[in-house]
Amino acid sequence: MKTHPHTGPVVPVGVYVAVFAALLILTAMTTAAAFHDLGPMNNVVALGIAALKATLVVLFFMHVRYGTRLIPLVVAAGLFWLVILIALSLTDYLTRGWLGVPGR
Amino acid sequence: MAADARAVVAHHFDSPDQQREAASLGMWVFLVTEVMFFGGLFLAYVVYRGSFPHAFAAASRELDIVLGTTNTALLLASSLTMALAVRAAQLGRRLPLVVFLALTMALGSVFLGIKMYEYHHKFVEGLFPGAAFRFSGPEAPHAEMFFCLYFAMTGLHALHMVIGLGVLAVMLVLGARGRFGPLYHNPVECAGLYWHFVDIVWIFLFPLLYLVGRHA
Repeated sequence: MKTHPHTGPVVPVGVYVAVFAALLILTAMTTAAAFHDLGPMNNVVALGIAALKATLVVLFFMHVRYGTRLIPLVVAAGLFWLVILIALSLTDYLTRGWLGVPGR
Repeated sequence: MAADARAVVAHHFDSPDQQREAASLGMWVFLVTEVMFFGGLFLAYVVYRGSFPHAFAAASRELDIVLGTTNTALLLASSLTMALAVRAAQLGRRLPLVVFLALTMALGSVFLGIKMYEYHHKFVEGLFPGAAFRFSGPEAPHAEMFFCLYFAMTGLHALHMVIGLGVLAVMLVLGARGRFGPLYHNPVECAGLYWHFVDIVWIFLFPLLYLVGRHA
């Protein structure tokens, strides 16, 4: 298939199908893993697989892998702000019981 | 610039490439604000689940994992058809574009249908937070908090899907009229970015809401 020079990257259908298959396999894996008691690792597995799935979608379906450098920078900046939101909030919530504060 | 390019490039852009990249960049900046929008709810979930882990696990078991997993697969499939729709637009193939957009909308609609069925069940079972909330397990008020977050997060997600369906309907009409081609498919690309983002939100909602307490 000859493509127009200004079309932008046209990804082969096989890549999309392979990514979709990987997403389905990962969904099956996370569902199966949830039925086994892995202790705290249950959360790590569930969120790790979710992050992997999200990465596949972002890189291939959302074309971040194929675009200019600017887009990955914006994505990374967004995630960095999300980490600030969650991490700084948890420094409060997770440490509230650490010190015996009079009057509490 | 060639004449065919000049016809689709706005006067403040130099080339179709620059116009396309500007559109994607703008869409990504919007999606980052959406990440923060959903991020607040995810933070609330983390804080409350950290406070009441057992109630959250017990409440999570009330959700239907078969329907949840089915919906996950449906949404992933809709992302595939969306990606193929964007590809069809890039190549200027009108019929595949319309077909893949229609397939994406159909899969999204089935997702919403299943979600509606689930909501209905939760209402009937008295699991909607409020005066009529009934929970047989221990720590009922904390389980109610789980369902507050469940309805808020999946509800906001469903609202995004309804908006996405509207956007895709517009793309379908424009696509059927032959408005998109190799030089100009930015609207389809941006609609796709939005649809995939909504898919990613669900990729995280599914384990956090449906899979929390399965092993107990």
